[in-house]
Amino acid sequence: MIGIVGYGGYIPRFRIKVEEIASVWNADAKSIKSGLNIEEKSVPSIDEDTATIAVEAALNALKMAGINPQEIGAIYVGSESHPYAVKPTSTIVGEAIGVGPEFTAADTEFACKAGTACIQMVMGLIEGGYIKFGLAIGADTSQSKPGDALEYTAAAGGAAYIIGKNGVIAEIEGTFSFSSDTPDFWRREGIEYPSHGGRFTGIPAYFKHVIAATQGLMSKLSLKESDFDFVVFHMPNGKFPLNAAKMLGFDAEKIKPGLVVQRIGNTYSGSSMLGLAATLDIAKPGQRILVTSYGSGAGSDSFSIKVTDLIEEKRKKIKKIQDYIDDKEYVTYAHYTRLRRGI
Amino acid sequence: MKVAVIGIGVTKFGEHWNKNLRELAIEAGTKAITDAKIRGSEIDSIYLGNMSAGRFIGQEHVAAMVSGELGLSIPATRVEGACSSGGLALRQGILSILSGEDDIVLVGGAEKMTDLMTDGVTTALMGAADQEWEAYYGLTFPSLYAMIARRHMFEFGTTREQMAKVAVKNHHNGSLNPIAQFNKEITVEEVLNSTMVADPLTILDCSPITDGAAALILCNAELAKKYTDNPVYIIGSGQASDTLALHDRRSLTTLDATVKAAQVAYKQAGITVDDVDLAEVHDCFTIAEIVATEDLGFCKKGEGGKLLDEGATELNGRIPVNTSGGLKAVGHPVGATGIKQAIEIILQLRGQAEKRQVKDAKIGLTHNVGGSGATAVVHIFSR
Amino acid sequence: MGHESSVPLFWRLIKPRYQLIGNKCTTCGNVFYPPKFLCPICRKEGKLEEIKLGKTGKILTFSIVRSAPTGFEKETPYPVAIIELDDGPKLTSQIVDWKEEDLKIGRKVEACFRRIYTDGKEGIINYGLKFRPV
Repeated sequence: MIGIVGYGGYIPRFRIKVEEIASVWNADAKSIKSGLNIEEKSVPSIDEDTATIAVEAALNALKMAGINPQEIGAIYVGSESHPYAVKPTSTIVGEAIGVGPEFTAADTEFACKAGTACIQMVMGLIEGGYIKFGLAIGADTSQSKPGDALEYTAAAGGAAYIIGKNGVIAEIEGTFSFSSDTPDFWRREGIEYPSHGGRFTGIPAYFKHVIAATQGLMSKLSLKESDFDFVVFHMPNGKFPLNAAKMLGFDAEKIKPGLVVQRIGNTYSGSSMLGLAATLDIAKPGQRILVTSYGSGAGSDSFSIKVTDLIEEKRKKIKKIQDYIDDKEYVTYAHYTRLRRGI
Repeated sequence: MKVAVIGIGVTKFGEHWNKNLRELAIEAGTKAITDAKIRGSEIDSIYLGNMSAGRFIGQEHVAAMVSGELGLSIPATRVEGACSSGGLALRQGILSILSGEDDIVLVGGAEKMTDLMTDGVTTALMGAADQEWEAYYGLTFPSLYAMIARRHMFEFGTTREQMAKVAVKNHHNGSLNPIAQFNKEITVEEVLNSTMVADPLTILDCSPITDGAAALILCNAELAKKYTDNPVYIIGSGQASDTLALHDRRSLTTLDATVKAAQVAYKQAGITVDDVDLAEVHDCFTIAEIVATEDLGFCKKGEGGKLLDEGATELNGRIPVNTSGGLKAVGHPVGATGIKQAIEIILQLRGQAEKRQVKDAKIGLTHNVGGSGATAVVHIFSR
Repeated sequence: MGHESSVPLFWRLIKPRYQLIGNKCTTCGNVFYPPKFLCPICRKEGKLEEIKLGKTGKILTFSIVRSAPTGFEKETPYPVAIIELDDGPKLTSQIVDWKEEDLKIGRKVEACFRRIYTDGKEGIINYGLKFRPV
């Protein structure tokens, strides 16, 4: 069986509260908090970026997997904030964790689902017998226009997954994707901040693709809501995933462990992958997790993941996602601005 | 005693907006030639200490530049060892006389630092440290010596007040020195409360950015009396090196290169440290003077701070240190410092130090360090 | 040169800087970081082998840079330290994710991957290891 051999996440330590941002724009913090179901978001330090986050997450995944990095045959990193427009993040990661030089690598972009696309890519190489292990990473240090609604949620973080057939701690039972040309959220080349279609990002974009991909997966694998113990959806805020769960008939309790957005914000390419990692941190052997990502532009990748007996020993080796969430320091809006505009 | 100093010349040290490097060098050089009462054509070779003209003003090949400006075509060699360039140039001059190759040598040091902005100077000075393993991570020279200070405070209980007393003492001496960049006295409180540069060192713990030049005329000792009734002899010269990076050193609180260079110099001079009447030591930062007094043997390791509390190194103390005002108050045009130190000792031994005169000064020592201690050079002078 | 970030100069040191790879002399047993080209103790008789060092260590001494060299102005104040790795060698780097009470001689730290320097808007990005308190 093919599946996750090791996983790891990384969330920068700084946080900024919704109240702090709202006070600058004379906005109503209370209604923003309840409207978005979010308290605070993560902020990268002045010397952190997508590459550094990807490396830290990858080192955690490698530690958990306990494999020789030289056995990794492919590295794919998905982000919308790669440090270079041209020069791959994936080779920086490779060099930093001791992979290569005999490996293939590439960076991907598909808004917030760039990382889950990487998981599918390495699955293909493994099933095709081309590589033994593959590393898929989703990481971002997302920018948002000051004063825009996105400012409350655009955060930084990432997760890494080593996929293979040896020492699987969580089996990937299947994957199903749903994609279309839907311009709900975009950023033109050379422009600093993204733009979005306001309410258009909801029903015709997020919900259409998340629901279609999830239903497609369940149908393909002949699984029902009751077959899943946990569900993780991409988290642009704390409301959309809850609504998606409701629309699909999933019990609200099942989404709680993975709902990391409330305390770290939307980590874009890292979002569903961190949600999955947080869920894997507490899932028991035999339990089943459904995870559906969403990337604007638009598409969703859905996975059914079944935890094996090997997970409990392996996941002890690294810092839990909850530990990363709890390890924090608050910054003021002034400090936040200096950090975000510094690089 | 085989080498004598028959002439000295030094410019004022400070921010010389109107003077470039060659003008400063020529000024010091001609003063020394005049003081020696020789003709330029009698000079056999030139050694010029300069750390970084390439980075400060885009000029390499500076010894040839000086020789050309003096209208001479003699061997002219630039000597570089970071902040010890001047002391190293002096040693090269001594060696060329001892070898019998030269009879009269012009030894100089010059640096023009103020044409760059502060961050550019800070970066250029880090050329004296390890580019790949110290400068790469954003270290600065103040932070390197601050780390030495922090460790010294941890191992021996040295205090910021003791370090501040170095600056106070040297500013007092500098106020009596016409060439000094700073001639204002300061207090311990002022040092402690001034802007922090790299904890625990404040701006007043640090030597400044300075332009300046200094020169000596060295002479085969047998010929010295031909030129002057008042020669000063160089009776010992020692030089040693150590690892470039501070983290590779055996100790973070001792500059082994200083210890070794001093031992060689004392042996050569046939003296012990107790025979030394006064010393010019390398106080690029206040902690550096404290460490130097220990490494040169003026006190036990760890007790350099106590010397300040006792007043032992003041002008009228048992072992006056940096009577010129040191690098701290006179200024630190990097390549020139080693030569300026020698000039202060020579003035003292000649009895020409005026308000800074130490009574009965017979044997003096100069101590010049490169970087955070990768090079050290010690010279002993005698009447 | 300071930090004009020459590409080959930076690239040449990626492996030891990113992965904390030093070397060990099999003749005298000493471990070096950064890796040496010649064992300074054995010289001719030395035989050097690559070795990957553990990422944990402790602070031997530290300072806080407030007046920065070119290119680091936006980051001040930042602590710098000499760190003794648990595997033996000593190195110099910055401390990150710190509070006042973390800056102590003896404080345990571990390496983490961070940006060191960015060569303006167009130049390359230099990465490396800094250390955070554990």
